[in-house]
Amino acid sequence: MNAVALDIQKIRQDFPILHQEVHGYPLVYLDSAATSQKPKSVIEALSRYYLETNANVHRGIHTLSELATSQFEATRSHVAHFIGGVANEEVIYTRGTTESINLVAQAWGDLNIQTGDRIVITEMEHHANFVPWLRLAKRKNAEIVYIPITGDGLLDLAEAEKLITPNTKLVAFTHMSNVLGTINPVGALTELAHKQGALVMVDGAQSVPHLQVDVHELDVDFYAFSAHKMLGPTGVGILYGKQQHLEAMEPYQTGGEMIHMVSFTDVSWADLPWKFEAGTPNIGDVVAFKSALDYLDEISMESIRQHEIEITQYAMDSLKATGVITIYGPEDVSLRGGAVSFVVDGVHSHDLSTILDTQGVAIRAGHHCAQPLHSRLGVNSTSRASFYIYNTLDEVDRLVDAILQARRYFVRG
Amino acid sequence: MSVDNNLDDLYREIILEHYHDPHGRHEIHDADIRNEGKNPLCGDELALEIKLSNGEVEDIAVRCQGCAISVASGSMLTDAVKGKSLEEVKSISTKIKGMLKGEALPEDFDPEDLEALQGIRQFPVRIKCALLAWATLENGIKDYEAGKKETLNNITITSTEE
Repeated sequence: MNAVALDIQKIRQDFPILHQEVHGYPLVYLDSAATSQKPKSVIEALSRYYLETNANVHRGIHTLSELATSQFEATRSHVAHFIGGVANEEVIYTRGTTESINLVAQAWGDLNIQTGDRIVITEMEHHANFVPWLRLAKRKNAEIVYIPITGDGLLDLAEAEKLITPNTKLVAFTHMSNVLGTINPVGALTELAHKQGALVMVDGAQSVPHLQVDVHELDVDFYAFSAHKMLGPTGVGILYGKQQHLEAMEPYQTGGEMIHMVSFTDVSWADLPWKFEAGTPNIGDVVAFKSALDYLDEISMESIRQHEIEITQYAMDSLKATGVITIYGPEDVSLRGGAVSFVVDGVHSHDLSTILDTQGVAIRAGHHCAQPLHSRLGVNSTSRASFYIYNTLDEVDRLVDAILQARRYFVRG
Repeated sequence: MSVDNNLDDLYREIILEHYHDPHGRHEIHDADIRNEGKNPLCGDELALEIKLSNGEVEDIAVRCQGCAISVASGSMLTDAVKGKSLEEVKSISTKIKGMLKGEALPEDFDPEDLEALQGIRQFPVRIKCALLAWATLENGIKDYEAGKKETLNNITITSTEE
């Protein structure tokens, strides 16, 4: 499919929340890497589910329960198709990327990581793909090492090859950095890992909303992402895992929904994917998530990527042209996504965020849940503007104007 | 486009002066009280040292890596507590923390420059920025009084942010 230029004004009509004023200025929402806004179709699907269909899934023998179950499972089929045509059994619902990764760290990690084993992650990880592995390594007395980043915010692949040793059991990394925007070479890293017999866990929270992702082609073992960063509701995450690994794993949580048979003395687990879905799931939000996938399919991931390359290039050029802004991450927009982190000379990121907010411009300030990366970059905090399908070049101009305004406020004379 | 008037309440001229030229950024090598404060949510860091003489603050240093509010608050703190006894320092700290949370100051208490921090109340997510220095101060005094003057510890300020 060829990329077609997005009709941003038409898209914006689908997002009611964008049409409001903040402190007297039209809202400029540049924080989609934290969470995206939701189109009307998703909000209506959520409401329609509760108005018309609400029932528990996989148990009641009545019309509403069957309807709810079929809608709940229809989203799963759509997700399976969306990430490259995997089996439904390989798509597990969770609360979000964080829970997906924790599931693997516990259900796979407990069985497969032993004393002296090595876990390889990277310096650029979000805490969600950092802390579970650090904790697992401590619990198992295993070793954890970090693939360093280069000066321009890429992973150092030569170092990666040295660090991924025969005793490495797992290599975990982000597909797209939430701070640097870097798109990592998943295929190359996966090859290095598999050559040493290690499995691969990818944090796809920032990539799946913005890139076409085919987990088969990438050949990864586990891949995690969240609905809320890709137009869907909060509280829904996906864990993709290769069937053979999921089969071999113990359940993550136990209770209802995930069992096959229970007696007073014994229990057998349900089949995949339900083995990993204990308790009543987040049915309404899962059902509404399908409308988000429909929306993305409709405008196509290729077109989204093309739009984001254009707006990211424009933003980086405009920010750089001020002469007072340091941007982190790759300069080449073909190697990065639409999350742009920067520091304004003379203005702390929190002060900047406050001043921008008074002009209706919403950005993120702080360490973006990546403290080790910030200490590696040598800064306490950065500001981050992140773009999605509804952002315009005019909004980038508003951002830059507001930054210059803030700087005039702080840097006198 | 003009900057909102509210901003002038948050970033009063006196706050920007302290931010651009903070007081007490030196090092005290023979300090009696040392403490480090960190705000893990935003990454601000602050080191505080006090040299006592006859139970009074003879010298105080605050070195802060952070936003304008946390730097200015730390700078003003050094002015406010110099020459005071630890009991007086604790009492000032209680009053300023109260002020930041919206309580009225006693009529007989002159907060001097610190009065400028009152504008922060309109920006609830930024109150923790102003609190960092004071929480670090109180923690340092508590450790000193418990006989732990050599230990460094981090404090955490909770916030509604993130």
